[in-house]
Order: sequence, then structure tokens, then C-alpha cells
Amino acid sequence: MTAALETSGLGKQYGQKWALHDCTLAIPEGKVVGLVGPNGAGKSTLLNLAVGLLAPTSGTIEVLGGRPSDGPSQLGGIGFVAQDTPTYEGMSVAKHLRMGAWLNPHWDSELAERRIKQLGLDPLQKAGALSGGQRAQLALVLALAKKPEILILDEPVASLDPLARREFLQTLMEVVAEHGVSVVLSSHLIADLERVCDYLVVLVASHVQLSGDVSALLVSHYHLSGPRRKRSTLPANQEVIEESHTDKQSVFMVRSDDPIIDPAWIVKPVTLDDLVLGYMRQAREAEPHGRPDLGVLR
Amino acid sequence: MIRFTSFQFRIQAAIAVGVLVLVAIVVAITGPHLIHLYDTTVANCKAKGDCSSAKAALSSSDSFLQTALGELLLVVPALIGLFWGAPLIAREFETGTFRLVWTQSVTRMRWLAVKLGIIGLTSMAVAGLASLMVSWWFSPIDKVNVSQFTSFDERGIVAIGYAAFALAFGVTAGLLIRRTLPAMFATLVAFVGARLAVTYWVRPHLMAPVKTAIPLHVIFGTSLEQNSATGLVFFEPVNIPNAWIYSNEVANNSGHAPSAKFLESACHSLLSAPSGGVQSNTPTPNPNSGFPECFARVAAKFHQVVIYQPASRYWAFQWYETAIFVGLAVILAGFCFWWVRRRLV
Amino acid sequence: MIEFQLETASGVATYLQIVQQVHQALRLGLLEPGDQLPTAQQVVAKLAINPNTVLKAYRDLEREGLVRPRPGQGTFVIASLSHTDPATQARLLASMTTWLRSAHSAGLGPDDIEAIYRTAFRNHFAEGVA
Repeated sequence: MTAALETSGLGKQYGQKWALHDCTLAIPEGKVVGLVGPNGAGKSTLLNLAVGLLAPTSGTIEVLGGRPSDGPSQLGGIGFVAQDTPTYEGMSVAKHLRMGAWLNPHWDSELAERRIKQLGLDPLQKAGALSGGQRAQLALVLALAKKPEILILDEPVASLDPLARREFLQTLMEVVAEHGVSVVLSSHLIADLERVCDYLVVLVASHVQLSGDVSALLVSHYHLSGPRRKRSTLPANQEVIEESHTDKQSVFMVRSDDPIIDPAWIVKPVTLDDLVLGYMRQAREAEPHGRPDLGVLR
Repeated sequence: MIRFTSFQFRIQAAIAVGVLVLVAIVVAITGPHLIHLYDTTVANCKAKGDCSSAKAALSSSDSFLQTALGELLLVVPALIGLFWGAPLIAREFETGTFRLVWTQSVTRMRWLAVKLGIIGLTSMAVAGLASLMVSWWFSPIDKVNVSQFTSFDERGIVAIGYAAFALAFGVTAGLLIRRTLPAMFATLVAFVGARLAVTYWVRPHLMAPVKTAIPLHVIFGTSLEQNSATGLVFFEPVNIPNAWIYSNEVANNSGHAPSAKFLESACHSLLSAPSGGVQSNTPTPNPNSGFPECFARVAAKFHQVVIYQPASRYWAFQWYETAIFVGLAVILAGFCFWWVRRRLV
Repeated sequence: MIEFQLETASGVATYLQIVQQVHQALRLGLLEPGDQLPTAQQVVAKLAINPNTVLKAYRDLEREGLVRPRPGQGTFVIASLSHTDPATQARLLASMTTWLRSAHSAGLGPDDIEAIYRTAFRNHFAEGVA
């Protein structure tokens, strides 16, 4: 299987600070990938690098086997929805679709018009007059109708109300079911990702903390609780991600390729939520200043 | 991309067409009257003997329109730079739409090339047409004023170069500054600065001027004057129509002007005359005023030295200056392509 | 056509919830052999979940022999889980009522009876579940 998105030692530096550092990923095709992390972790930076709006300071990135913004065909294979879904305020919905037709050789106007009608958007309404949710839906239609092989969405639902968020994800999943596109979706809301993602990348403080297939990750992580003991007493094949202790009890989250057979433990499976939070906390402890490096890229 | 650009540009283009049509109407309505005035009063003024008054009348007619149309040519390129150039890329950054339009299936280079191409050509055409109409309107007046170099930047083809430069600078400023208003301000400052710099520091040196020595004649304006800074000076006006005069001096063979002492003694009788003082403003001075002797003594030792660009070089200057500004525009455009492709952020 | 619900807080994996809901529907006779299950596209358009989840559930059901996909048409029910006909149900209800009467006359209260029932239930289904 070819990789939808592949990076090797990818980094982006602004002045003295690294917005993204030493990022190595190999995301397979046909997945819905959740890119999760706190604000300023580097999610936007990674996605902007993937679509060629930024150039790397170090390392390489390849999307669908080609370098970003290499040419019209590379650009045509990627459908991008930027943070805050920018649109031309003064242009109507219909004119945005015309723009799509003018600027994309593989534009599917029938699909675009059908979806706009399904969404109940008025084609003559100016984009500036649309609600946040409607703009996000318009941006998604624009990204879809160019028939890309991968959709890259930068926090598309962050500023939407719960209903608009749900409707956006419904549309997105319907599209994935119908066309089989790969999706890379960034968010700082784990709940949304839990429903839709089958591949996860956790980005904290400009570094990749965790990446892999969701089902494989859930199967290889365990929640252990039992009588109080030190971390060092755990066997070597159990990597401790998180620990907390009271005077009588210890609770660990561990990663292990082998099943846990120690009878002293109560073993429970981890949820995606636990997993992400655990790795985020682990990263925060490792980070000397205790806060993320950089503000969100404008 | 061409159709998209045309769509996005449609309102600005409509405004430009509207302004040009308005100018065309004004020029078409008021122009023929000036031609008529010229044909009836100035064309045969020599026979009637009232040339100076006929010329003065034509030269000062429609003064409001003269100012307005002249200013139009100065202002149009600046407006193009401010309103077509500065927002081009800056607006995309400000609204974030660059993240939308540069991820369609069109490369940034092509996007910029089509935008600069269409808007650039339109700008030059607008400036060119405006200049054409204004130059036509002014032609009777220019025939009377014969000082084509003083209205140099309001005629001919230079406006085309100014427009190209203003547009290119505006786009560059917008690209680097990323905000429309500061980019507009920077463009205005740069445009005015460049125009002043070229007008005063470059244009005079584009070609070596001609230096010529002319014997002194008594003509309208030949005079002995009291200058507050340098004392007594002898002045001879220049009469080379449509030339660009760099300097006009009265000097002897070694290049020295007549000293105040010399003039006091040579023009003693003129200076001590009770009637009205030092000037002679008629070609045939009053023989009793003391002026003829004064003149004769000065003319014996001194002549007029004029450094100037001949009228025939006018179009060479127009082409050179246009080429300079178009050249600057091309360099700026090249920079924009490089930046957009390589650097961006 | 059956419509699936999702309980995100239940701790049960999404695909399992779908499987369980199909089982339930089959048991209650809401789904019968020949009925079509909603397409993955229809399910995710309602629930906003990953289509692979639905496909995984349907694959499990297929392995259990309950459904079969027909290429180009959809996934169809081929078996039934409803094992009881009205006569059997009546017979079982009668024997349970008899047992309850004897437990009650032996002096057991409702909580004791429930405890015995739950123990028997757990013991029975703990052995040899499929």
C-alpha cells in the first residue's frame, strides 16, 4: 500500500523556534486519520506543509508520492480545507463553484451542485453571509468536487456549534463511504475524532508523540490498577505511559505487545480519550517549560 | 485562470472604463473649442499683430480643465498602484483566501502570471488611453506654450511606464507586507519617491545636454536687474522653443558673468535715470533711457551661454523614461515570481 | 429499514453495538431473511462514524452466517435468530410460573428468587458461549 502522507525528519523553523521538529510519519492510504494535539503543537504547520503553503526547513514530505505543490496534478490530488474555512466574502456560493470549475480540470459540477442542494445552501447567497457551519460545508464541497485522492482538513469544525459539527462529520463520512478518499483531519476535540478516525497521530510541542492504527493502539495499551508499587518494578516489556499513585494504590497506563498476566493487576482496556490524554501528559512532563512552543500559525 | 481573474477584476475594470469614458466625453466636448480658438486667433496672429495677447488668451483658457486633465495623468498611475496593485496579494493574505485559491489545481506561478498579465496590460492600456486623450486635448495649448518639457510627465507615453511601475510595486508591497493599507501607503511613498528621483536625478542625465553661445540681442525681457542676493545682474531671456533649458547665463569668453562693478559703470546712465529704474521690457527701448548704451557695452564683452536639451530629443526622453519605469516594473515582477515560488513563508 | 443508534458512553465498541442491534432486531422479528441492511453510506450519513466500522460489523455478521452481501445491491439478511414460536413461548412461560410458585411457597422473597435466577443465568451462559 502506498503511503498517503509520508514525512521524514520534517521540521519547520521560525526564527529560533521550531513549529514542527523531527516529524517522521507514514500514513497509509484509505484511512481517516486524526491529527490531535493542543493548540500550537504544530498541527496546522504539518498540514500547511502537506499542501505546499509552507516550505520545510528540514526533512522531507511527500503526499500521494509527490512533493507538495509540485504542479497542477499534485495540487489536483489534494482537497484542502484551511482553518476557519476562508472563502471570498463577496462571491456567491454558485460563483465559488464556478471558480472550482475554472481552476480544477477534474471538477465534477454535477456532484458539487447536488451536494449544495442537499445541504440546502442558496447558490446566490454571498459566502460572507453564510453561517460558520454553512461555510465549512461549502469549503468541503469545493474540496470534494475536484475529485481528490486525499482530503486534508485543518480543524474544520473547531468553531462550529455541535449541530453544525455533527452535520459536517456526517457529510464527510458519507463522502468517504461513497468515494473512498483518504482523510487527514486535525482537531483538538478528541470526541469527534473518536467517532470517525481509524488512524491516529498525536502531536504535542512540535513532536509526534504517537502514531498508528487506532485498533492496534487500543489493543496494545492497558489500564492497570493494583496495590502500590514503583514504576521500576514493572517488567521491561511494559512501557509506562502514565502513572498515578495514592498511599495504597497505583494506577498505570502501559504499552505492551504481550498480554498482561500478572494477577495482582486489574486490567482494563483504554479508550482513545485515555490514550491521547496519557501521551499528551507524558509529552508535557518531558517539555521543560511546560507549555507549547508557538502560537497558532496565522 | 484567465476567466477567474477577469471575473474577480470586473468591478475595477468597469470603474476604469467609466473613468475613461468620462474623460473621453469631456475631451470630446471641450477639445474642439480650443482648436477653433487656435485656428481663429493664433493661426493668423502675425498678420493681425496681436500674437502675444492671442497666445496668452488661449494659454489661459479652460484653466480648471487644464489643471484637472493634467493632474489626471499624474494621479492615474498612482491610483492603479494603490487600488489594483497593493490589494492583489495582500487581500488574499488578510482574508486567508490564499489558502483556498493556492490549493486549487493552479500553481502559484500561473496564478500570479495571469493576474499580473491581465491587470498589467489593462493598467498600461488605461494609462496610455488617458494620456492619448489628454495630449490631444492640450495640443493647441502646447503649440502656444512651446514648453513641452515642462509638461513632460503629463503627455506622451511615460504614463504607461508609471502605471506599470506603480502596479508592480503595489503587488510587491502587498506580497511582502501582507496587509492592504500599509501596502498602499508604502506604494504611494515609493511611487512619489521614484517619480521625484527620476525627474530630478535621472532624467537630466539621460543624455548630455547641448551647450551653445549666442550673441546678446535686445528682446522682450532683456534687462538689467537688482538681485537681492547677488546685486546687479544682466539678464537675457532664452528663446529656444520647446527646448529643455538647464541653464542660461550671460558670460564672457572665460565664462565669467559681468561683475556688479562693471555693470555699474557700463550702465551708469541707465541706473541714474529718474524714470522707473532698471528694466527694459520692450524690444525697442527708449533711446533716452540709457539702456542702449548699457546694452551695447555689455554685448561687446559678453554673450549668452545656454545649456539645454533640444526639442528634437523630446521623444527620445519619453522612450528612455518609459523604458526605465517598465524595466523597474519587470524587475519587481520577477522578484514577485521568485518570492511566491521559493520563499512565501 | 433498520436504523442504528450509537451510545458513545457505553464503553462498547461501535461495531459491536451495530452487531448487537442487528441481533436484537433479528430476535424481535424486526429483520427477517430477505431484508436489506442499510448501506455503509446511509449509516455513516446518520451517525457520522467511520464507514469501516460498519463494514467490520457487517463482516462479523456475515461470518456468523446471518447476512450476505450481494455485489452491486447491498447486504441482505439470510437467517433468523427468532427461535421461538408462540406455542413454545407459552410452554416456557408456564413452566417458569410453576417454578416461581414453588420457590415462593418454599419461603423465598423476591430478592432471593432474583439472586438464584441470576446465578443460574450466569452459570448457564458462561459455559460454552459461541
